[in-house]
Amino acid sequence: MAEKLGFFLGCIMPMRYPGIESATREVLKELGVELADLEGASCCPAPGVMRSFDQDTWLAIGARNLAIAQEMGVDILTICNGCYDTLFETAHKLNNDLEALARINKILKQVGIEYKGKTQVRHFVEYLANEIDIDAIKSKVKENGDKKMKAAVFYGCHFLKPSTIKKIDNPERPRIFDDIVEALGVESIEYKDKGSCCGAGGGVRARSPDVALKMTKENLVNMQDAGADFIVDCCPFCHLQFDVGQAELKEFQIPVLHLMQLMAMKFGLDKDKLGLEAHRTPVKL
Amino acid sequence: MTTDAKQPNPEFAKKVVEAGGKTLNLCFQCGTCTGSCPSGRQTAFRTRKLVRRAQLGLKDDIMGSDDLWLCTTCFTCYERCPRGVEIVDIIMALRNMSVREGHMAPQHKKIAQLVSKSGHLVNLRDEDKAFRKKLGLRETPPTVLEKPAGLEQVKKICQITGFDKLVAGD
Repeated sequence: MAEKLGFFLGCIMPMRYPGIESATREVLKELGVELADLEGASCCPAPGVMRSFDQDTWLAIGARNLAIAQEMGVDILTICNGCYDTLFETAHKLNNDLEALARINKILKQVGIEYKGKTQVRHFVEYLANEIDIDAIKSKVKENGDKKMKAAVFYGCHFLKPSTIKKIDNPERPRIFDDIVEALGVESIEYKDKGSCCGAGGGVRARSPDVALKMTKENLVNMQDAGADFIVDCCPFCHLQFDVGQAELKEFQIPVLHLMQLMAMKFGLDKDKLGLEAHRTPVKL
Repeated sequence: MTTDAKQPNPEFAKKVVEAGGKTLNLCFQCGTCTGSCPSGRQTAFRTRKLVRRAQLGLKDDIMGSDDLWLCTTCFTCYERCPRGVEIVDIIMALRNMSVREGHMAPQHKKIAQLVSKSGHLVNLRDEDKAFRKKLGLRETPPTVLEKPAGLEQVKKICQITGFDKLVAGD
C-alpha cells in the first residue's frame, strides 16, 4: 500500500448517496490510504446499459477514464461494482489485446488521448483485504455497541464475476467481504440464495422495474427470514435497489449500509459524514 | 409436404459470433444457465432458449424481443456453464445488434442520451449540491461536471462512434 490511488466516483454515489463518498474519504484517510481525484472523469460507463447498447463506445469512454489515471500515474480505486466491472474489463481487454487497444486508440486519438494499456483497477473490498489486512482494520474499531449486530452481506454480481478474469475469490462461496464485516465486530449471517442478484443490473431496473423488484423482494424475504438487522453492500447501485426498492415495495424496513458507511460507524468517525438522511429506508441501528 | 418449422439462418449466427459471441457454438443445451438465472425465476425468460435461437440464427425471434432485455448480466450462468459458453458476451452481442436494428426501449434511450450529453447517467440536482456541501464535499463532483473540456471529449467520442445518432429520438 502507501501509494496514492485515483478515486473513481462514478454517478450514483456522488449524486444520490454522497454519504458513501464522504465515508470513503474518511475511512481511507484513517487507514492511511491517500486518494487523488480523477479530475474530469465521466460515467464509467455503466456496463449493463452502455455495453448493451454499443460495446466500442463503452470501451472508448472507459479507456478515456483509464487514461486520466495513466496521466496522473495512479491506479484506480472504485467503491462500485458497476464501475469496477466496466473499468476492470476495459483495462483487461485493452491491456492484453493489442488489436482492440489500437482500434480504441484510433477513436481516442481524435480527442487527443492515447491509452497506453497499463492502468490497473482495484475494487475497494479486494483492496482492503489484500493491501490493508484484517488486523489493521480490527485495530481501528471503536464502536462495538451492546449486542452483536447481524448483517446480511450482499456481494452483488460484478465484484467477483466474471471470476475467470477477476480472480478475487470463489464466486459461489466467497469469504472476502464477510471477513471484513466480521472484523468490524458484526456477525455475517447465512441466508437463502446468498450471492443472488439485486435485480437492478443489465438495464432491467430501467426497462422492467417490476421484474427488478421481484428479484429484490426475494432477496429481502430471505434476509428477513434469517434475522438480518441490516444489509451491507459494496455497490451504490445494489444499495439504491435495496434502499429505494424497499420504499417502493412498502413491506420491509431493513436498513441498507454501504461497507464504507458501516466502517465509518464502527471506526467512530464523524456521524455527520455518513449521509444517512439520503436513505429512503430509514437507518435506525 | 410443407412445414411450418422455422428455417435456420447460419449467416445470422455467424454475425453473432463475430460481434463477440465467439463461444456460441460450444453450447450443448444442458440448461444449467436457465436453472441458475435469477431473472428466469421471476419471468418466462429462458437463457438456454435464447442461446439456441442464436445458434440457429432465428433472428426474428431475438431482435426486439423482451427476453433479450431481461438478463441482469449477473454472470451466474457464465460462471456455471460446463462448456465455458460466455453467455453474457453473447447477450451483449445480440443486444448491440438489436439496438443497431432500431430496437431500443425509451427508458434506455433516455439513459444513453444522458451519458452522451452530460457524461453521467444520473443528473446533479440543486439538492444534491446542497447535500454534498453539508457533508464537506465539493458541491460539484470533480468529474466532467466540473471540466467542460472533458465533457467535450466524451461527446466527441459519442459522435465518432455514431453513438449519439444510434440513441437519438424518443
